[in-house]
Amino acid sequence: MADTMELRDIEVWDGNMAASQALRQVQVDVVAAYPITPSTPIVENYGNFTANGYVDGEFVMVESEHAAMSGCIGAAAAGGRVATATSSQGFALMVETLYSASGMRLPIILNVVNRALGAPLNVNGDHSDMYLGRDSGWIQLDAYNPQNAYDLNFIAFKVAEDHDVRLPAMVHQDGFMTSHTAQGVATLTDEAAYNFVGEFKPMNDMLDLEHPVTHGVQTEEDWHFEHKARQQHALMTAVLPKIQAAFDEFEKLSGRKYNIVETYNMEDAELAVVCMGTSVETAEEVSNELRAKGIKAGVVGIRVFRPWPLEQIAAALKGVKAVAALDRSSPHGAMGTLYNELAGTLINTDTKAVLTNYIYGLGGRDLTKAHLVGIFEDLKANMDAGKPTTPLQQYIGLRGPKLAFF
Amino acid sequence: MEKKGWDGFEIGAMLRSFDGATRDIATTLPENRPYSQSNSFTASVADWRIEKPLFNKDYCIDCQFCWVYCPDMSIISRDKKMVGVDYDHCKGCGICVEVCPTNPKSLLMFPEQKDEDVALAEWPQKDKNAKAEEPKED
Repeated sequence: MADTMELRDIEVWDGNMAASQALRQVQVDVVAAYPITPSTPIVENYGNFTANGYVDGEFVMVESEHAAMSGCIGAAAAGGRVATATSSQGFALMVETLYSASGMRLPIILNVVNRALGAPLNVNGDHSDMYLGRDSGWIQLDAYNPQNAYDLNFIAFKVAEDHDVRLPAMVHQDGFMTSHTAQGVATLTDEAAYNFVGEFKPMNDMLDLEHPVTHGVQTEEDWHFEHKARQQHALMTAVLPKIQAAFDEFEKLSGRKYNIVETYNMEDAELAVVCMGTSVETAEEVSNELRAKGIKAGVVGIRVFRPWPLEQIAAALKGVKAVAALDRSSPHGAMGTLYNELAGTLINTDTKAVLTNYIYGLGGRDLTKAHLVGIFEDLKANMDAGKPTTPLQQYIGLRGPKLAFF
Repeated sequence: MEKKGWDGFEIGAMLRSFDGATRDIATTLPENRPYSQSNSFTASVADWRIEKPLFNKDYCIDCQFCWVYCPDMSIISRDKKMVGVDYDHCKGCGICVEVCPTNPKSLLMFPEQKDEDVALAEWPQKDKNAKAEEPKED
């Protein structure tokens, strides 16, 4: 039996410690990890907790991130509660196995501390790795601060392990901005946290020797399509209601309210910025300052990136006149991901907002309040004109001549 | 078998080996195991084969070489006696024939369509000129 840890009501934790404390409190059975900056402390702390008797679990040291996720897949198929963490290049190396985990319907929790993808190599935060995972069949939750990183891990385990879901989930936080910035984090007791997620309920586990199963089978054109369709069906129908139910139950337990789509100053908003990660809180502050000047500015934060909550986002943006999609990832030959998702979300609705795209913050470049004020000024002009007054895609915070497309 | 639709099977790329619970499977003979429909044991791959091994029990010494070497567990042996070939799973690789030490061989490859009685009637005689295989030098 693992020792309990007496926590203060509020601990000063960075996002990494918050995530590792959550992994300890839900008593993860197996962490197979190949640490990488800036996610390293998550698995390092878990290893520390395990070695010191605070977790009845196994820390498996492996030779790569590909092996880390493969180890997690094996442990999850065997019937354990499993988690790990990674970033950037390590995430990229994991990609092949991410598809295996989701296709095999194994509820692994992956903490992704978002970091840029090289070249050039860069250790700081942007959303390239998060976007790389978006077609992998995982649930993707996005934390904006260390408190979120702590709380969303509990949500992730509860939803992923539900037998109506059985899909792996990522909890994303911004590299360094969240992962290494210590803030006050309101805690749950070990008992309350564990009971919220509950005992792990195995399903088709390989260690059930009376019911032998083969995991990771091959299917060709006769079965592959049906398996993928089944997975899509679960993602599209089961996940969001379960997340909402988990959010509701979590609010009763902690008093902290989460939403599938986070809205701020959106009730009567004419101008909206849609973004993710730490940028959400900066945008909220700017919207408050603009509200004081009579500008109806609001912010929509994507809390659940996959499955994409199309209806909730359409509802959040209903009545808005101009929208900026902020993408913290190089779109490499296209419009940004959020732009495309929002365009697809809004096109069949009555919301005829002018939609424009901003590429920002690559490789950890700061998004300043001044940038956001400028974006809202653009949106105001777009609203007044009823059409884009700027190019559709603009780079902000970039040195050199202004870069913009379309 | 009618194939199921996308909502008609258990989730995950997972297959059950047996129908229901199993115990002591290692001591249960294959023909008595409750193999499930999704177990590869219940699938025939006979049509992968263009030549088949036929067994002539008159010459067999039950050395079990064929049973040991068969890569697809398609030599059926009971109580250390060679019984025959599992033609649902044999792929006709010919390894059993290659390793058979008798003279003439107790297993020989024939075209897939060859009648067994005809093949047995045509079985070669003992080769009197055959020398015991000498160890080869490297």
